Amino acid sequence: MTTSVSIKDLSLNFGNVKVLESLDLEVAQGEFIVLLGPSGCGKSTLLNCIAGLLDVSDGQIFISGKNVTWDEPKDRGIGMVFQSYALYPQMTVEKNLSFGLRVARMPKAEVDARVKRASEILQIEPLLQRKPVELSGGQRQRVAIGRALVRDVDVFLFDEPLSNLDAKLRNDLRIEIKRLHARLKNTMIYVTHDQIEAMTLADRIAIMKNGVIQQLADPHTIYNKPVNLFVAGFIGSPSMNFIKGDLSGTTLSVDGQANIPLTNYQFANQTGASILGIRPEHIVVGDEARKMPVQMESEIEIVEPMGADTVAWTKIAGQSLTFRAAAEVHLEPGQKVLIGFDPGRGSVFNAASGNRI
Amino acid sequence: MTAEAISSRLASGVVDSSGPRGPKPKTVTVGRIGVYAFLILSALFFLMPLWVMVVTSLKTMPEIREGHLFNWPALLTFDPWLKAWDTACTGRDCNGLKPGFWNSVKITALSVPVSIVIAMINGYALSFWKYKGSELLFGILIFGAFVPYQVVIYPLIIGMRELSLFGTLPGIVIVHTIFGMPILTLLYRNFFASLPIELFKAGRVDGAGFWGIFFRIMLPMSVPITIVAIILQVTGIWNDFLFGTVFAGRENMPMTVQLNNIVTTTTGIREYNVNMAATILTAAVPLVVYFISGKWFVRGIAAGAVKG
Repeated sequence: MTTSVSIKDLSLNFGNVKVLESLDLEVAQGEFIVLLGPSGCGKSTLLNCIAGLLDVSDGQIFISGKNVTWDEPKDRGIGMVFQSYALYPQMTVEKNLSFGLRVARMPKAEVDARVKRASEILQIEPLLQRKPVELSGGQRQRVAIGRALVRDVDVFLFDEPLSNLDAKLRNDLRIEIKRLHARLKNTMIYVTHDQIEAMTLADRIAIMKNGVIQQLADPHTIYNKPVNLFVAGFIGSPSMNFIKGDLSGTTLSVDGQANIPLTNYQFANQTGASILGIRPEHIVVGDEARKMPVQMESEIEIVEPMGADTVAWTKIAGQSLTFRAAAEVHLEPGQKVLIGFDPGRGSVFNAASGNRI
Repeated sequence: MTAEAISSRLASGVVDSSGPRGPKPKTVTVGRIGVYAFLILSALFFLMPLWVMVVTSLKTMPEIREGHLFNWPALLTFDPWLKAWDTACTGRDCNGLKPGFWNSVKITALSVPVSIVIAMINGYALSFWKYKGSELLFGILIFGAFVPYQVVIYPLIIGMRELSLFGTLPGIVIVHTIFGMPILTLLYRNFFASLPIELFKAGRVDGAGFWGIFFRIMLPMSVPITIVAIILQVTGIWNDFLFGTVFAGRENMPMTVQLNNIVTTTTGIREYNVNMAATILTAAVPLVVYFISGKWFVRGIAAGAVKG
């Protein structure tokens, strides 16, 4: 598989503030990469650097094998879709789509052909003569995607493209972006703070914090084998339970009140202060719990019915724990239930470094 | 609490359905009447001088000397208006306000577009093409808005003289452009700063450069703010007296300067009716601009409030 976008040792400083530091990233041809992280983690900044909208302080950027570090955005072979759509308000949809091509003085026949193709793919042909103000949010975002499409580029950059849409539309357009990627097979780099978008769209997710990529892996690995506490806590809703304790051999002792045997968990022999992370959906309740290697009795504090399932809050050895149960299971506050889980599905982290053991 | 307990509690509550329903009725209160009375009285009070000016300008001199300031003229005459426009003496020349009017038109028609175009490019560059020191430059430019005009007049005269522009039409246009720059640049920079930066980024990804983005994306979007800028500049430059007196030269005396010469003449009798007519004529242009620009004018004042 050939490399489409390659970032080598990239740094960016605003004055004394280091936004990105010695960042490396290799994106394969046709890959869908999602940059995920909380606000201010540098994900949008990284995308702007790739687009050429920000000058880098150090390092190199290659797109399709060409060093584009000093190139203008238009010469980089990229198309970009913005969160606020950024459609030119005084131009019709057609003019919006063709603007970049007209700036490049492309022959009219070619411009028309490209606009036609893009509007067919995105099903916006009936809208071509309208102005952006006459479009709904979803239609505007389609036009914005179309503007990247007509450029016929190798790499698409998305900067939180769905954040301004309502929940339902966001789901619809998410599927459409996925279809588009399946059809066009372009390289796509997609910035978002929405973990659902990241999990559903990405071939690989790069989770960022403070300008550093914490983990770069496929969604399955990110979800099941987070490399550190940050990644573990960021992915998943409700978020992962963290149980602090002392590890000796294969047993985690929680405040001397409970001992959790970490059977099925593979790790190098380590001791000391550790944190066991276990996802709420990996904790089972009632009869099923009896089959689990770890079982314990606990009292339910709060119940949150979600419709599809129910999230319950409880405590073990004084530490708060949430678990997800099927909607049919009757739970109410004060009830004592048996819960169980398989530590093999959990993650153990070193309490000091936060890294996975 | 169980579902039964909740529903029984709802049922036990007695609801009185005879109370207020639908939109709240509008009532005329004493306070409201007082406010309107005050507003009407203030409007009349501020209209009084205009009324006096209009009726005086339509009276003959003998009738004015009778002293009935507010009365409608017994003998309606338009001669003062003709005289003010055509034959009143401003200093040695007796051509009325006419030459001054055309001078003002020339000065305004040149200064307004020149200053606005430069300020527009300034504001655009300062909002989107930031470079090292651009914020400092903007700060210095805004500082210019707080410098009293009188302080810089003398050095400016020397400068203009050295450039052989003192007392010429290009000279006065340059002066107006310079002094319009801080407030207009501020106006445009704030306007462009309010546009989403992504619009600019999209333009760059699409391959447009400095001028491409300016002419094809930003310029068509800045029509509303340009109307405000035009109002601000037309009224400001038309009403200017100081720069006109100092920099325009005898050939290009604007209307305000000639009006002053007519009104403050120390020789002969004071023709109040001609003075009034001349004043109304001079104020007519900004007044017309105010009336036709409607809601834009309010924004113009708001922007002008910064100018102080």
